[in-house]
Amino acid sequence: MTFRKRPAGGNGPGWTAFRPGLFPEAPLVEIPRHVRTMESARPARAPSARRSGVNGPAVECRGLVKRYPGVLAVDGIDLEVVRGECFGMLGPNGAGKTTTIEMIQGLLRPDGGEVRVLGMTWDRHETDLRQRLGSTLQETRLPEKLSVEEVLTLFRSFYRRGVDVEGVLQAVQLGEKRKAWVGKLSGGQRQRLAVACALVCEPDILFLDEPTTGLDPQSRRQLWGVITEFRGRGGTVMLTTHYMEEAQRLCDRVAIVDRGRIIAQGTPAELIAALGAEHVVEFVAPEGTDLPQEALQALPGVRAVAGADGRIRLTVEHLHLAVPALMRTLESRNIALMELITHHATLEDVFISLTGRHLRDE
Amino acid sequence: MSERRSPLGQLTLWRFREFVREPEALFWVFAFPVLLALALGIAFRNRSLPVARVAVPAEAPGAAQLAATLDGDPRIEATVLDSATAATRLRTGRVALVVHAGDAPVLEYDSTRSESDVAQLLVRDALQRAAGRADVATIRDRRLTEPGARYIDFLIPGLIGLNIMGTGMWGVGFGIVNSRQRKLLKRFLASPMRKRHFLLANIMARMAFLVLEVPVVVLFGRLAFGVPVRGSWLALALLAVVGATTFAGIGLLVASRARTIEGVSGLMNLVMVPMWIFSGVFFAWSNFPDSFEPVIRALPLTALNDALRAVMLEGASLAGTAQWLAVLLAWGLASFFVALRLFRWE
Repeated sequence: MTFRKRPAGGNGPGWTAFRPGLFPEAPLVEIPRHVRTMESARPARAPSARRSGVNGPAVECRGLVKRYPGVLAVDGIDLEVVRGECFGMLGPNGAGKTTTIEMIQGLLRPDGGEVRVLGMTWDRHETDLRQRLGSTLQETRLPEKLSVEEVLTLFRSFYRRGVDVEGVLQAVQLGEKRKAWVGKLSGGQRQRLAVACALVCEPDILFLDEPTTGLDPQSRRQLWGVITEFRGRGGTVMLTTHYMEEAQRLCDRVAIVDRGRIIAQGTPAELIAALGAEHVVEFVAPEGTDLPQEALQALPGVRAVAGADGRIRLTVEHLHLAVPALMRTLESRNIALMELITHHATLEDVFISLTGRHLRDE
Repeated sequence: MSERRSPLGQLTLWRFREFVREPEALFWVFAFPVLLALALGIAFRNRSLPVARVAVPAEAPGAAQLAATLDGDPRIEATVLDSATAATRLRTGRVALVVHAGDAPVLEYDSTRSESDVAQLLVRDALQRAAGRADVATIRDRRLTEPGARYIDFLIPGLIGLNIMGTGMWGVGFGIVNSRQRKLLKRFLASPMRKRHFLLANIMARMAFLVLEVPVVVLFGRLAFGVPVRGSWLALALLAVVGATTFAGIGLLVASRARTIEGVSGLMNLVMVPMWIFSGVFFAWSNFPDSFEPVIRALPLTALNDALRAVMLEGASLAGTAQWLAVLLAWGLASFFVALRLFRWE
């Protein structure tokens, strides 16, 4: 197998071999663009009808477009969030997730397309809608010199109806910090407070824009707990994330977003199943090694072969067949194995197979 | 279901709390004007005129006699010294003048030094009187030292005006830009908060401070220097409220588009520094050429300072301050409406 430098101007990693997922003629790992799985993806339980009235989708977008000078940030996004589900937009930084979720929340005006939230539009029902949505935005820093309790009381005062501050404090486990100034809170506590500000109105829909970015694993799990609890009460959640684990754990359905478009959509299980195999074997061989793609493709149980960052990735159906066969091939060709990792296929692998790039580029 | 508080009240409390919990802000609002008044009040306090120090070289005959004659005048302090020492002291400014005794005494001094010039007038006068000159015209003195005419009396209303301007503009402008920079304004937009509540809360929190900051300076002036308030307290209070509203409006305008604290700080200084100089805070604006007058009079701080002085020092009634109130209100209303049009929430 020979590596070649990608031509300058490419957006992918510096080194790549071939990326079957991107080519329609590579049938084994191709995921149909826009997997339309809306019906099968509906959560098992009935959509929440906590408040009398419309029972349609919580969020509906058609042909959403947003242009910034020189950039098409959102390039025709269609999506539908069913009541009671948790819907995630997964994609790398700059994919257009934030622009999309802010247009849905009526904070940015779309250049094209249509948004309906709870069956209403921003032009006609802004006042009513604002009363029923909870939101955390990226990078909001709450007033540092107010206490946790004071911030919640402030936000609570904006809403006609809602829950009491005490209840929300307990829900986000900040009861002991009620008198602490926001400036003294840890990152995880601040983020839970931000979610608490969104929960004081007992929203129909909770919008979370990258809720756990930059948090440590424990804080992340605590926040997931808060979100799960909200869903348990029948709430609808729409979130954006670039953590595949978050999307996999929290979301009933996921839209994978890249360069302003949804490139795949479905339940996490469906998206992974579309890879055609559930394991991934990654290994590193010395640079310049002669290892033809065909040799790897021919191994038992291997469904796809791809290379990125100088690593070779095999999508594999049966580990117990593929790994020993890989070892024998390497041995017979006298290739020294430098690193070998296997894991269950994740949404990250789905993203890599679709774009040839990782979700996070750090 | 919980009891809901008033959003306007909560927003005002927020602005108020953030301010009270910021020690630096408290210093600038309360301590700074008092310290400035104290320092300037001491530096420019009215002293009895200094005595003129003169030297008489001992070598010349009649030196002791001459020195005694001069010393007899309470405004002159004459010392007999050897001529070298006298010359040195004159050069270093420790004496204002050297008087050489003789049939026709000689005065040696630098006529460009004002204290030397005063000294030569005093010495001439004393010598002529000693020689028998009599006054031909009768002139009477009326000394002015009562409160109301001193520098500190001029200064205190100016400092109150300066403080109302500074805290109004900073309090409103800084808070708004800070919220914008923190993306807090955007977060509020995602909630049903009413925009006018937000703007009104900034101005109301500002008023709450006014109740504290103006009395602090007025009382300090009164207790430390006996600066009077001759007009009604009600007129003073109303002036302060109108002034604060005006500058809150201007602060809102300055902050309406700025994205960063640095950006708004530059704009604030651009607006305020000229008024520090031209609007008669530390010295009367009449020191500037007449051609500046229409512009200076149109500045909001000039109007506020002139009105404060009229009420505090001259006992003007509220009606008597109408011209200045009109200037302030015009600035305030115009700024507020332009600010509302320009205001950027993100």
